[in-house]
Amino acid sequence: MNVLIDKFDVFAGGFWLTLQICLLAAIGALLLGAIVAVLRISPVPPLRALGTSYVNIFRNMPLTVVMFFAAFGLPALGSNADFLRIPVLDSLFSRLGTDLPYFRFALIALVLYTAAFVCEALRSGVNAVPAGQAEAARSLGLTFGQNLRYVVLPQSWQASVVPLGSVIIAMIKNSALAGFFGIVGDLSATADQLTGAEGYAFVPVAIGISVGYLIMTVPLGTLLDRIEKRQAVAR
Amino acid sequence: MSQQTSVLYDIPGPRQRRITLIGSLVAGLVLLVGVYFLVYRPLDEKGQLSMELWGPLIDPSNENFSLVWERIGLGFKNTLTAAAMAIVASLVVGTLLAVLRIQLKSLTRRKFTGLAAPLAYLLRGLSVLLSAVTRVCVEVFRGLPVVITIFFVARGFPEFGIAFDNLWYLVIGLTIYNSVVIGEILRSGMEGLPGGQAEAASAIGLSPAQTTRMILLPQAFRIMLPALISQLVVVLKDTSLGFIISYEETLNIGKQIIGALGNPIQVYVVIAVLFIVVNYSLSKLAQYVQRRLAQGRKTAGTPAQNPPPAALMSQAEGGAGAGF
Repeated sequence: MNVLIDKFDVFAGGFWLTLQICLLAAIGALLLGAIVAVLRISPVPPLRALGTSYVNIFRNMPLTVVMFFAAFGLPALGSNADFLRIPVLDSLFSRLGTDLPYFRFALIALVLYTAAFVCEALRSGVNAVPAGQAEAARSLGLTFGQNLRYVVLPQSWQASVVPLGSVIIAMIKNSALAGFFGIVGDLSATADQLTGAEGYAFVPVAIGISVGYLIMTVPLGTLLDRIEKRQAVAR
Repeated sequence: MSQQTSVLYDIPGPRQRRITLIGSLVAGLVLLVGVYFLVYRPLDEKGQLSMELWGPLIDPSNENFSLVWERIGLGFKNTLTAAAMAIVASLVVGTLLAVLRIQLKSLTRRKFTGLAAPLAYLLRGLSVLLSAVTRVCVEVFRGLPVVITIFFVARGFPEFGIAFDNLWYLVIGLTIYNSVVIGEILRSGMEGLPGGQAEAASAIGLSPAQTTRMILLPQAFRIMLPALISQLVVVLKDTSLGFIISYEETLNIGKQIIGALGNPIQVYVVIAVLFIVVNYSLSKLAQYVQRRLAQGRKTAGTPAQNPPPAALMSQAEGGAGAGF
Protein backbone atom coordinates (compact mmCIF):
# COMPACT_ATOMS: atom_id res chain seq x y z
CA MET A 1 0.00 0.00 0.00
CA ASN A 2 2.89 2.34 0.61
CA VAL A 3 3.18 3.10 -3.10
CA LEU A 4 0.13 5.31 -2.59
CA ILE A 5 2.03 7.33 0.00
CA ASP A 6 5.50 7.18 -1.56
CA LYS A 7 4.29 8.13 -4.99
CA PHE A 8 1.52 10.45 -3.93
CA ASP A 9 3.02 13.32 -5.90
CA VAL A 10 3.00 11.16 -9.05
CA PHE A 11 -0.67 10.38 -8.58
CA ALA A 12 -1.48 13.99 -7.83
CA GLY A 13 0.49 15.14 -10.86
CA GLY A 14 -1.33 12.64 -13.06
CA PHE A 15 -4.65 13.80 -11.69
CA TRP A 16 -3.77 17.43 -12.36
CA LEU A 17 -2.66 16.71 -15.92
CA THR A 18 -5.81 14.72 -16.67
CA LEU A 19 -7.85 17.56 -15.21
CA GLN A 20 -6.01 20.02 -17.48
CA ILE A 21 -6.77 17.96 -20.59
CA CYS A 22 -10.41 17.68 -19.54
CA LEU A 23 -10.81 21.38 -18.84
CA LEU A 24 -9.29 22.49 -22.14
CA ALA A 25 -11.05 19.79 -24.14
CA ALA A 26 -14.39 20.63 -22.51
CA ILE A 27 -14.05 24.30 -23.42
CA GLY A 28 -13.00 23.45 -26.98
CA ALA A 29 -15.69 20.84 -27.46
CA LEU A 30 -18.45 23.11 -26.15
CA LEU A 31 -17.40 25.89 -28.53
CA LEU A 32 -17.00 23.67 -31.58
CA GLY A 33 -20.12 21.69 -30.70
CA ALA A 34 -22.15 24.91 -30.49
CA ILE A 35 -20.89 25.96 -33.92
CA VAL A 36 -21.77 22.58 -35.44
CA ALA A 37 -25.18 22.70 -33.77
CA VAL A 38 -25.83 26.11 -35.33
CA LEU A 39 -24.84 24.64 -38.70
CA ARG A 40 -27.16 21.68 -38.18
CA ILE A 41 -30.23 23.81 -37.47
CA SER A 42 -29.48 26.53 -40.02
CA PRO A 43 -31.95 27.09 -42.86
CA VAL A 44 -29.27 26.75 -45.54
CA PRO A 45 -29.08 23.16 -46.87
CA PRO A 46 -25.32 22.95 -47.61
CA LEU A 47 -24.46 24.14 -44.11
CA ARG A 48 -26.93 21.67 -42.66
CA ALA A 49 -25.34 18.91 -44.70
CA LEU A 50 -21.91 19.93 -43.45
CA GLY A 51 -23.07 19.78 -39.82
CA THR A 52 -24.84 16.48 -40.32
CA SER A 53 -21.89 14.82 -41.98
CA TYR A 54 -19.54 16.11 -39.29
CA VAL A 55 -21.71 14.53 -36.62
CA ASN A 56 -22.17 11.26 -38.50
CA ILE A 57 -18.47 10.92 -39.19
CA PHE A 58 -17.19 11.62 -35.71
CA ARG A 59 -19.97 9.88 -33.84
CA ASN A 60 -19.48 6.63 -35.70
CA MET A 61 -15.72 6.53 -35.56
CA PRO A 62 -13.88 5.20 -32.52
CA LEU A 63 -12.01 7.88 -30.58
CA THR A 64 -8.95 5.70 -31.02
CA VAL A 65 -9.03 6.29 -34.76
CA VAL A 66 -9.37 10.05 -34.26
CA MET A 67 -6.39 9.93 -31.89
CA PHE A 68 -4.34 7.98 -34.43
CA PHE A 69 -5.26 10.53 -37.08
CA ALA A 70 -4.06 13.32 -34.84
CA ALA A 71 -0.93 11.55 -33.68
CA PHE A 72 0.23 10.19 -37.06
CA GLY A 73 -1.70 12.14 -39.66
CA LEU A 74 -0.78 15.64 -38.49
CA PRO A 75 2.99 14.98 -38.38
CA ALA A 76 2.71 13.46 -41.86
CA LEU A 77 1.28 16.79 -42.97
CA GLY A 78 4.17 18.53 -41.28
CA SER A 79 2.10 20.07 -38.51
CA ASN A 80 2.91 20.06 -34.83
CA ALA A 81 -0.38 21.75 -33.97
CA ASP A 82 1.56 24.84 -33.03
CA PHE A 83 -1.53 27.02 -33.41
CA LEU A 84 -2.58 25.72 -29.98
CA ARG A 85 0.32 27.49 -28.33
CA ILE A 86 -2.01 30.28 -27.32
CA PRO A 87 0.04 32.96 -25.50
CA VAL A 88 -1.77 33.32 -22.17
CA LEU A 89 -3.19 29.82 -21.99
CA ASP A 90 0.16 28.12 -22.47
CA SER A 91 1.57 29.78 -19.37
CA LEU A 92 -1.41 28.48 -17.39
CA PHE A 93 -1.34 25.01 -18.91
CA SER A 94 2.36 24.46 -19.43
CA ARG A 95 1.90 21.33 -21.55
CA LEU A 96 0.30 23.38 -24.32
CA GLY A 97 3.58 25.13 -25.03
CA THR A 98 6.05 22.24 -24.84
CA ASP A 99 7.92 20.98 -27.85
CA LEU A 100 6.44 17.51 -27.51
CA PRO A 101 3.19 17.85 -29.44
CA TYR A 102 1.28 14.88 -27.98
CA PHE A 103 -0.71 16.93 -25.49
CA ARG A 104 -1.93 19.16 -28.30
CA PHE A 105 -2.67 16.17 -30.55
CA ALA A 106 -4.71 14.47 -27.84
CA LEU A 107 -6.53 17.71 -27.20
CA ILE A 108 -7.43 18.12 -30.87
CA ALA A 109 -8.70 14.54 -31.09
CA LEU A 110 -10.79 14.86 -27.93
CA VAL A 111 -12.29 18.18 -29.02
CA LEU A 112 -13.16 16.95 -32.52
CA TYR A 113 -14.71 13.76 -31.19
CA THR A 114 -16.64 15.27 -28.29
CA ALA A 115 -17.95 18.19 -30.34
CA ALA A 116 -20.15 15.80 -32.34
CA PHE A 117 -21.87 14.65 -29.16
CA VAL A 118 -22.11 18.18 -27.76
CA CYS A 119 -23.83 19.20 -30.99
CA GLU A 120 -26.36 16.39 -30.66
CA ALA A 121 -27.07 17.31 -27.04
CA LEU A 122 -27.66 20.96 -27.94
CA ARG A 123 -29.75 20.10 -30.96
CA SER A 124 -31.94 17.66 -29.06
CA GLY A 125 -32.53 20.48 -26.60
CA VAL A 126 -33.70 22.86 -29.32
CA ASN A 127 -35.89 20.18 -30.82
CA ALA A 128 -37.44 19.51 -27.41
CA VAL A 129 -38.95 23.00 -27.36
CA PRO A 130 -42.58 22.70 -28.48
CA ALA A 131 -43.02 24.28 -31.91
CA GLY A 132 -45.95 26.31 -30.57
CA GLN A 133 -43.60 28.30 -28.34
CA ALA A 134 -41.59 29.67 -31.24
CA GLU A 135 -44.73 30.17 -33.30
CA ALA A 136 -46.33 32.17 -30.52
CA ALA A 137 -43.18 34.26 -30.22
CA ARG A 138 -43.20 34.97 -33.95
CA SER A 139 -46.86 35.89 -33.94
CA LEU A 140 -46.14 38.31 -31.09
CA GLY A 141 -43.72 39.98 -33.45
CA LEU A 142 -40.46 38.99 -31.81
CA THR A 143 -37.54 39.04 -34.19
CA PHE A 144 -35.45 35.95 -34.80
CA GLY A 145 -32.83 37.07 -32.28
CA GLN A 146 -35.39 37.93 -29.62
CA ASN A 147 -37.16 34.66 -30.25
CA LEU A 148 -33.96 32.74 -29.65
CA ARG A 149 -32.92 34.79 -26.67
CA TYR A 150 -36.15 34.98 -24.71
CA VAL A 151 -38.13 31.95 -25.81
CA VAL A 152 -36.23 29.10 -27.43
CA LEU A 153 -32.79 29.08 -25.84
CA PRO A 154 -33.86 29.30 -22.18
CA GLN A 155 -36.12 26.30 -22.66
CA SER A 156 -33.73 24.31 -24.80
CA TRP A 157 -30.97 24.92 -22.27
CA GLN A 158 -33.06 23.18 -19.61
CA ALA A 159 -33.55 20.19 -21.86
CA SER A 160 -29.92 19.89 -22.88
CA VAL A 161 -28.17 20.39 -19.56
CA VAL A 162 -28.34 16.74 -18.51
CA PRO A 163 -27.27 15.27 -21.88
CA LEU A 164 -24.44 17.80 -22.02
CA GLY A 165 -23.30 16.71 -18.59
CA SER A 166 -23.28 13.06 -19.69
CA VAL A 167 -21.21 14.03 -22.70
CA ILE A 168 -18.68 15.81 -20.49
CA ILE A 169 -18.46 12.84 -18.13
CA ALA A 170 -17.89 10.59 -21.11
CA MET A 171 -15.19 12.95 -22.30
CA ILE A 172 -13.40 12.81 -18.96
CA LYS A 173 -13.35 9.05 -19.23
CA ASN A 174 -12.27 9.17 -22.86
CA SER A 175 -9.34 11.36 -21.92
CA ALA A 176 -7.79 8.26 -20.33
CA LEU A 177 -6.97 7.10 -23.84
CA ALA A 178 -4.56 10.01 -24.23
CA GLY A 179 -2.15 8.37 -21.78
CA PHE A 180 -1.65 5.53 -24.23
CA PHE A 181 -0.78 7.96 -27.01
CA GLY A 182 2.47 9.31 -25.73
CA ILE A 183 1.32 11.86 -23.15
CA VAL A 184 3.70 11.41 -20.26
CA GLY A 185 2.34 11.63 -16.78
CA ASP A 186 -1.44 11.72 -16.94
CA LEU A 187 -3.41 9.25 -14.81
CA SER A 188 -3.52 6.37 -17.27
CA ALA A 189 0.11 6.79 -18.31
CA THR A 190 0.97 6.80 -14.60
CA ALA A 191 -0.84 3.48 -14.19
CA ASP A 192 1.17 1.99 -17.03
CA GLN A 193 4.44 3.43 -15.78
CA LEU A 194 4.07 2.36 -12.15
CA THR A 195 2.82 -1.17 -12.74
CA GLY A 196 4.98 -1.81 -15.78
CA ALA A 197 8.38 -0.20 -15.82
CA GLU A 198 8.70 0.54 -12.11
CA GLY A 199 7.21 -2.78 -11.03
CA TYR A 200 5.01 -1.66 -8.17
CA ALA A 201 2.32 -3.97 -6.85
CA PHE A 202 -0.76 -3.87 -9.02
CA VAL A 203 -3.63 -3.51 -6.57
CA PRO A 204 -2.61 -0.29 -4.75
CA VAL A 205 -1.76 1.45 -8.01
CA ALA A 206 -5.10 0.37 -9.48
CA ILE A 207 -6.89 1.74 -6.44
CA GLY A 208 -5.04 5.05 -6.67
CA ILE A 209 -5.79 5.47 -10.37
CA SER A 210 -9.43 4.47 -9.96
CA VAL A 211 -9.90 6.96 -7.15
CA GLY A 212 -8.39 9.64 -9.38
CA TYR A 213 -10.98 9.05 -12.09
CA LEU A 214 -13.88 8.46 -9.75
CA ILE A 215 -13.22 11.81 -8.03
CA MET A 216 -13.91 13.46 -11.36
CA THR A 217 -16.79 11.35 -12.68
CA VAL A 218 -18.93 10.26 -9.72
CA PRO A 219 -19.74 13.68 -8.19
CA LEU A 220 -20.59 15.03 -11.62
CA GLY A 221 -22.87 12.04 -12.24
CA THR A 222 -24.59 12.51 -8.89
CA LEU A 223 -25.09 16.19 -9.62
CA LEU A 224 -26.67 15.34 -12.97
CA ASP A 225 -29.00 12.82 -11.33
CA ARG A 226 -30.18 15.50 -8.95
CA ILE A 227 -30.75 18.04 -11.72
CA GLU A 228 -32.66 15.43 -13.66
CA LYS A 229 -34.88 14.57 -10.70
CA ARG A 230 -35.52 18.21 -10.00
CA GLN A 231 -36.50 18.87 -13.60
CA ALA A 232 -38.80 15.85 -13.56
CA VAL A 233 -40.56 17.31 -10.51
CA ALA A 234 -40.73 20.79 -12.04
CA ARG A 235 -42.50 19.45 -15.12
CA MET B 1 -35.48 18.09 -42.45
CA SER B 2 -38.53 20.36 -42.67
CA GLN B 3 -39.75 19.06 -39.34
CA GLN B 4 -36.39 19.73 -37.80
CA THR B 5 -36.30 23.38 -38.78
CA SER B 6 -39.92 24.08 -38.00
CA VAL B 7 -39.22 25.06 -34.40
CA LEU B 8 -37.17 28.06 -35.41
CA TYR B 9 -38.54 29.08 -38.79
CA ASP B 10 -41.89 29.39 -40.48
CA ILE B 11 -42.48 27.53 -43.70
CA PRO B 12 -40.61 29.74 -46.18
CA GLY B 13 -42.53 31.82 -48.67
CA PRO B 14 -41.34 32.59 -52.23
CA ARG B 15 -39.01 35.40 -51.18
CA GLN B 16 -37.49 33.39 -48.35
CA ARG B 17 -37.05 30.42 -50.68
CA ARG B 18 -35.17 32.64 -53.11
CA ILE B 19 -32.92 33.94 -50.34
CA THR B 20 -32.31 30.39 -49.16
CA LEU B 21 -31.40 29.29 -52.66
CA ILE B 22 -28.92 32.11 -53.10
CA GLY B 23 -27.53 31.47 -49.64
CA SER B 24 -27.15 27.78 -50.46
CA LEU B 25 -25.24 28.54 -53.64
CA VAL B 26 -22.91 30.95 -51.86
CA ALA B 27 -22.39 28.61 -48.92
CA GLY B 28 -21.78 25.67 -51.25
CA LEU B 29 -19.20 27.67 -53.15
CA VAL B 30 -17.47 28.80 -49.96
CA LEU B 31 -17.40 25.20 -48.72
CA LEU B 32 -15.87 23.96 -51.95
CA VAL B 33 -13.21 26.65 -51.89
CA GLY B 34 -12.56 25.89 -48.22
CA VAL B 35 -12.19 22.19 -48.91
CA TYR B 36 -9.81 22.95 -51.76
CA PHE B 37 -7.57 25.22 -49.72
CA LEU B 38 -7.79 23.54 -46.33
CA VAL B 39 -7.94 19.87 -47.30
CA TYR B 40 -6.90 19.26 -50.87
CA ARG B 41 -3.99 21.69 -51.10
CA PRO B 42 -2.17 20.63 -47.90
CA LEU B 43 -2.63 16.96 -48.79
CA ASP B 44 -1.41 17.52 -52.31
CA GLU B 45 1.57 19.59 -51.27
CA LYS B 46 2.79 16.85 -48.96
CA GLY B 47 2.24 14.28 -51.69
CA GLN B 48 -0.40 12.47 -49.66
CA LEU B 49 -2.63 11.94 -52.70
CA SER B 50 -0.03 10.05 -54.68
CA MET B 51 -0.81 6.58 -56.01
CA GLU B 52 2.28 5.30 -54.25
CA LEU B 53 0.57 5.76 -50.91
CA TRP B 54 -3.01 5.02 -51.93
CA GLY B 55 -2.26 2.22 -54.37
CA PRO B 56 -1.98 -0.68 -51.93
CA LEU B 57 -5.41 0.20 -50.57
CA ILE B 58 -7.51 1.03 -53.62
CA ASP B 59 -5.73 -0.29 -56.71
CA PRO B 60 -6.40 -4.03 -57.23
CA SER B 61 -3.46 -4.34 -59.60
CA ASN B 62 -1.03 -3.20 -56.91
CA GLU B 63 1.25 -5.96 -55.69
CA ASN B 64 0.33 -5.37 -52.04
CA PHE B 65 -3.40 -4.94 -52.57
CA SER B 66 -4.60 -8.46 -51.82
CA LEU B 67 -2.23 -8.90 -48.91
CA VAL B 68 -3.23 -5.61 -47.32
CA TRP B 69 -6.93 -6.33 -47.61
CA GLU B 70 -6.45 -9.86 -46.34
CA ARG B 71 -4.86 -8.40 -43.22
CA ILE B 72 -7.54 -5.73 -42.82
CA GLY B 73 -10.22 -8.39 -43.26
CA LEU B 74 -8.58 -10.48 -40.56
CA GLY B 75 -8.42 -7.46 -38.28
CA PHE B 76 -12.03 -6.61 -38.88
CA LYS B 77 -13.05 -10.19 -38.22
CA ASN B 78 -11.18 -10.03 -34.92
CA THR B 79 -12.89 -6.75 -34.08
CA LEU B 80 -16.31 -8.20 -34.82
CA THR B 81 -15.53 -11.36 -32.85
CA ALA B 82 -14.53 -9.40 -29.77
CA ALA B 83 -17.53 -7.08 -30.13
CA ALA B 84 -19.98 -9.96 -30.55
CA MET B 85 -18.62 -11.86 -27.56
CA ALA B 86 -18.57 -8.73 -25.44
CA ILE B 87 -22.12 -7.72 -26.30
CA VAL B 88 -23.56 -11.19 -25.66
CA ALA B 89 -21.72 -11.49 -22.36
CA SER B 90 -22.73 -7.97 -21.33
CA LEU B 91 -26.37 -8.64 -22.16
CA VAL B 92 -26.41 -11.78 -20.01
CA VAL B 93 -24.50 -10.26 -17.10
CA GLY B 94 -26.35 -6.96 -17.43
CA THR B 95 -29.75 -8.64 -17.27
CA LEU B 96 -28.71 -10.61 -14.20
CA LEU B 97 -27.40 -7.44 -12.61
CA ALA B 98 -30.59 -5.52 -13.31
CA VAL B 99 -32.75 -8.30 -11.84
CA LEU B 100 -30.45 -8.63 -8.84
CA ARG B 101 -30.58 -4.92 -8.10
CA ILE B 102 -34.36 -4.76 -8.42
CA GLN B 103 -34.80 -7.80 -6.18
CA LEU B 104 -32.40 -6.47 -3.57
CA LYS B 105 -34.16 -3.15 -3.59
CA SER B 106 -37.52 -4.75 -2.93
CA LEU B 107 -35.90 -6.97 -0.26
CA THR B 108 -34.67 -3.94 1.66
CA ARG B 109 -38.24 -2.73 1.94
CA ARG B 110 -39.47 -6.07 3.30
CA LYS B 111 -40.01 -6.25 7.04
CA PHE B 112 -39.60 -10.08 7.32
CA THR B 113 -42.56 -10.33 9.67
CA GLY B 114 -43.24 -13.74 11.11
CA LEU B 115 -39.59 -14.47 11.76
CA ALA B 116 -37.83 -14.16 15.08
CA ALA B 117 -36.79 -10.56 15.68
CA PRO B 118 -32.98 -11.07 15.55
CA LEU B 119 -33.24 -13.11 12.37
CA ALA B 120 -35.44 -10.50 10.75
CA TYR B 121 -32.98 -7.76 11.64
CA LEU B 122 -30.11 -9.87 10.33
CA LEU B 123 -31.89 -10.49 7.02
CA ARG B 124 -32.77 -6.84 6.65
CA GLY B 125 -29.24 -5.75 7.42
CA LEU B 126 -27.89 -8.28 4.96
CA SER B 127 -30.16 -7.13 2.14
CA VAL B 128 -29.34 -3.48 2.81
CA LEU B 129 -25.64 -4.32 2.78
CA LEU B 130 -25.85 -6.34 -0.44
CA SER B 131 -27.87 -3.62 -2.09
CA ALA B 132 -25.26 -1.04 -1.10
CA VAL B 133 -22.42 -3.26 -2.35
CA THR B 134 -24.00 -3.74 -5.78
CA ARG B 135 -24.73 -0.03 -5.96
CA VAL B 136 -21.10 0.85 -5.21
CA CYS B 137 -19.85 -1.69 -7.77
CA VAL B 138 -22.11 -0.20 -10.41
CA GLU B 139 -20.99 3.34 -9.64
CA VAL B 140 -17.32 2.39 -9.65
CA PHE B 141 -17.33 0.50 -12.92
CA ARG B 142 -19.55 3.05 -14.59
CA GLY B 143 -17.28 5.84 -13.46
CA LEU B 144 -14.03 4.24 -14.64
CA PRO B 145 -12.86 4.76 -18.21
CA VAL B 146 -13.24 1.56 -20.19
CA VAL B 147 -9.60 1.82 -21.34
CA ILE B 148 -8.55 1.68 -17.72
CA THR B 149 -10.81 -1.31 -17.06
CA ILE B 150 -9.30 -3.20 -19.98
CA PHE B 151 -5.82 -2.19 -18.88
CA PHE B 152 -6.48 -3.33 -15.31
CA VAL B 153 -7.83 -6.66 -16.52
CA ALA B 154 -4.84 -7.24 -18.77
CA ARG B 155 -2.29 -6.21 -16.11
CA GLY B 156 -4.12 -7.47 -13.06
CA PHE B 157 -5.17 -10.97 -14.06
CA PRO B 158 -1.64 -12.24 -14.76
CA GLU B 159 -0.67 -10.76 -11.40
CA PHE B 160 -3.03 -13.21 -9.74
CA GLY B 161 -1.80 -16.07 -11.89
CA ILE B 162 -4.70 -16.07 -14.33
CA ALA B 163 -3.42 -15.94 -17.88
CA PHE B 164 -5.67 -15.75 -20.92
CA ASP B 165 -5.52 -14.87 -24.55
CA ASN B 166 -5.53 -11.14 -25.34
CA LEU B 167 -9.00 -11.60 -26.81
CA TRP B 168 -10.31 -12.65 -23.42
CA TYR B 169 -8.81 -9.69 -21.61
CA LEU B 170 -10.49 -7.37 -24.08
CA VAL B 171 -13.83 -9.18 -23.85
CA ILE B 172 -13.72 -9.28 -20.05
CA GLY B 173 -12.80 -5.61 -19.81
CA LEU B 174 -15.55 -4.58 -22.21
CA THR B 175 -18.05 -6.86 -20.47
CA ILE B 176 -17.37 -5.45 -17.02
CA TYR B 177 -18.06 -1.95 -18.21
CA ASN B 178 -20.92 -2.60 -20.61
CA SER B 179 -22.80 -5.07 -18.43
CA VAL B 180 -23.00 -2.36 -15.79
CA VAL B 181 -24.30 0.14 -18.34
CA ILE B 182 -26.79 -2.32 -19.84
CA GLY B 183 -27.84 -3.34 -16.35
CA GLU B 184 -28.66 0.27 -15.57
CA ILE B 185 -30.51 0.69 -18.88
CA LEU B 186 -32.67 -2.35 -18.14
CA ARG B 187 -33.19 -1.39 -14.52
CA SER B 188 -34.39 2.07 -15.42
CA GLY B 189 -36.62 0.42 -18.02
CA MET B 190 -38.15 -1.88 -15.43
CA GLU B 191 -38.58 0.86 -12.87
CA GLY B 192 -40.16 3.09 -15.49
CA LEU B 193 -42.95 0.57 -16.08
CA PRO B 194 -46.31 1.46 -14.54
CA GLY B 195 -46.57 0.02 -11.04
CA GLY B 196 -49.81 -1.67 -12.00
CA GLN B 197 -47.88 -4.21 -14.08
CA ALA B 198 -46.11 -5.77 -11.11
CA GLU B 199 -49.19 -5.43 -8.90
CA ALA B 200 -51.40 -7.17 -11.43
CA ALA B 201 -48.82 -9.91 -11.79
CA SER B 202 -48.71 -10.59 -8.08
CA ALA B 203 -52.52 -10.34 -7.92
CA ILE B 204 -52.88 -13.26 -10.31
CA GLY B 205 -50.45 -15.22 -8.17
CA LEU B 206 -47.13 -14.98 -9.99
CA SER B 207 -44.06 -15.26 -7.80
CA PRO B 208 -41.61 -12.32 -7.81
CA ALA B 209 -39.24 -14.31 -10.02
CA GLN B 210 -42.02 -15.07 -12.47
CA THR B 211 -43.13 -11.44 -12.42
CA THR B 212 -39.65 -10.31 -13.35
CA ARG B 213 -39.14 -12.96 -15.99
CA MET B 214 -42.55 -12.90 -17.66
CA ILE B 215 -43.85 -9.36 -17.08
CA LEU B 216 -41.14 -6.84 -16.36
CA LEU B 217 -38.09 -8.00 -18.35
CA PRO B 218 -39.81 -8.43 -21.73
CA GLN B 219 -41.33 -4.97 -21.49
CA ALA B 220 -38.09 -3.41 -20.34
CA PHE B 221 -36.24 -5.03 -23.24
CA ARG B 222 -38.83 -3.75 -25.65
CA ILE B 223 -38.74 -0.18 -24.42
CA MET B 224 -34.98 -0.14 -24.16
CA LEU B 225 -34.23 -1.85 -27.47
CA PRO B 226 -33.03 1.34 -29.22
CA ALA B 227 -30.76 2.17 -26.30
CA LEU B 228 -29.43 -1.38 -26.34
CA ILE B 229 -28.64 -1.21 -30.06
CA SER B 230 -26.86 2.09 -29.47
CA GLN B 231 -24.83 0.36 -26.80
CA LEU B 232 -23.83 -2.12 -29.48
CA VAL B 233 -22.31 0.77 -31.43
CA VAL B 234 -20.41 1.78 -28.32
CA VAL B 235 -19.06 -1.75 -27.85
CA LEU B 236 -17.97 -1.94 -31.47
CA LYS B 237 -16.14 1.35 -31.15
CA ASP B 238 -14.57 0.29 -27.89
CA THR B 239 -13.09 -2.90 -29.30
CA SER B 240 -10.61 -0.60 -31.00
CA LEU B 241 -9.13 -0.10 -27.53
CA GLY B 242 -7.75 -3.62 -27.92
CA PHE B 243 -4.66 -2.00 -29.38
CA ILE B 244 -3.42 -1.07 -25.90
CA ILE B 245 -3.12 -4.75 -25.01
CA SER B 246 -1.91 -5.60 -28.54
CA TYR B 247 -4.95 -7.62 -29.51
CA GLU B 248 -4.87 -8.01 -33.29
CA GLU B 249 -7.91 -5.95 -34.17
CA THR B 250 -8.39 -3.58 -37.10
CA LEU B 251 -6.34 -0.70 -35.73
CA ASN B 252 -3.48 -2.88 -34.67
CA ILE B 253 -3.34 -4.44 -38.12
CA GLY B 254 -3.51 -0.94 -39.53
CA LYS B 255 -0.48 -0.02 -37.48
CA GLN B 256 1.42 -3.02 -38.88
CA ILE B 257 0.49 -2.04 -42.43
CA ILE B 258 1.66 1.50 -41.77
CA GLY B 259 4.90 0.14 -40.40
CA ALA B 260 5.46 -1.68 -43.68
CA LEU B 261 4.14 0.85 -46.19
CA GLY B 262 4.46 4.20 -44.38
CA ASN B 263 1.05 5.61 -45.30
CA PRO B 264 -0.71 6.51 -42.03
CA ILE B 265 -3.32 8.93 -43.38
CA GLN B 266 -4.48 6.59 -46.11
CA VAL B 267 -4.76 3.50 -43.89
CA TYR B 268 -6.64 5.38 -41.17
CA VAL B 269 -9.03 6.86 -43.72
CA VAL B 270 -9.89 3.35 -44.91
CA ILE B 271 -10.31 2.06 -41.36
CA ALA B 272 -12.41 5.05 -40.39
CA VAL B 273 -14.69 4.48 -43.38
CA LEU B 274 -15.10 0.82 -42.39
CA PHE B 275 -16.12 1.77 -38.85
CA ILE B 276 -18.39 4.59 -39.98
CA VAL B 277 -20.27 2.38 -42.44
CA VAL B 278 -20.93 -0.35 -39.89
CA ASN B 279 -21.79 1.97 -37.01
CA TYR B 280 -23.92 4.26 -39.14
CA SER B 281 -26.02 1.31 -40.29
CA LEU B 282 -26.40 0.20 -36.69
CA SER B 283 -27.56 3.63 -35.52
CA LYS B 284 -30.00 3.80 -38.43
CA LEU B 285 -31.29 0.41 -37.31
CA ALA B 286 -31.74 1.77 -33.79
CA GLN B 287 -33.73 4.72 -35.14
CA TYR B 288 -35.86 2.42 -37.27
CA VAL B 289 -36.61 0.14 -34.34
CA GLN B 290 -37.54 3.10 -32.21
CA ARG B 291 -39.94 4.40 -34.86
CA ARG B 292 -41.49 0.97 -35.23
CA LEU B 293 -41.95 0.67 -31.49
CA ALA B 294 -43.55 4.10 -31.26
CA GLN B 295 -45.96 3.17 -34.06
CA GLY B 296 -46.84 -0.12 -32.45
CA ARG B 297 -47.74 1.66 -29.24
CA LYS B 298 -49.93 4.15 -31.00
CA THR B 299 -52.04 1.61 -32.82
CA ALA B 300 -52.51 -0.36 -29.63
CA GLY B 301 -54.22 2.69 -28.21
CA THR B 302 -51.83 3.10 -25.32
CA PRO B 303 -49.66 6.18 -24.86
CA ALA B 304 -46.25 5.78 -26.43
CA GLN B 305 -43.63 4.88 -23.89
CA ASN B 306 -40.45 6.56 -24.82
CA PRO B 307 -37.25 5.50 -23.17
CA PRO B 308 -35.91 8.08 -20.76
CA PRO B 309 -33.83 10.57 -22.76
CA ALA B 310 -30.81 9.90 -20.61
CA ALA B 311 -30.85 6.25 -21.60
CA LEU B 312 -30.65 7.19 -25.25
CA MET B 313 -27.76 9.47 -24.54
CA SER B 314 -25.69 6.47 -23.56
CA GLN B 315 -24.67 6.23 -27.17
CA ALA B 316 -23.12 9.63 -26.77
CA GLU B 317 -20.42 8.07 -24.80
CA GLY B 318 -18.32 6.18 -27.28
CA GLY B 319 -16.43 4.52 -24.56
CA ALA B 320 -18.27 5.74 -21.60
CA GLY B 321 -21.76 5.79 -20.23
CA ALA B 322 -22.87 8.06 -17.53
CA GLY B 323 -25.38 10.09 -15.73
CA PHE B 324 -28.63 8.20 -15.88
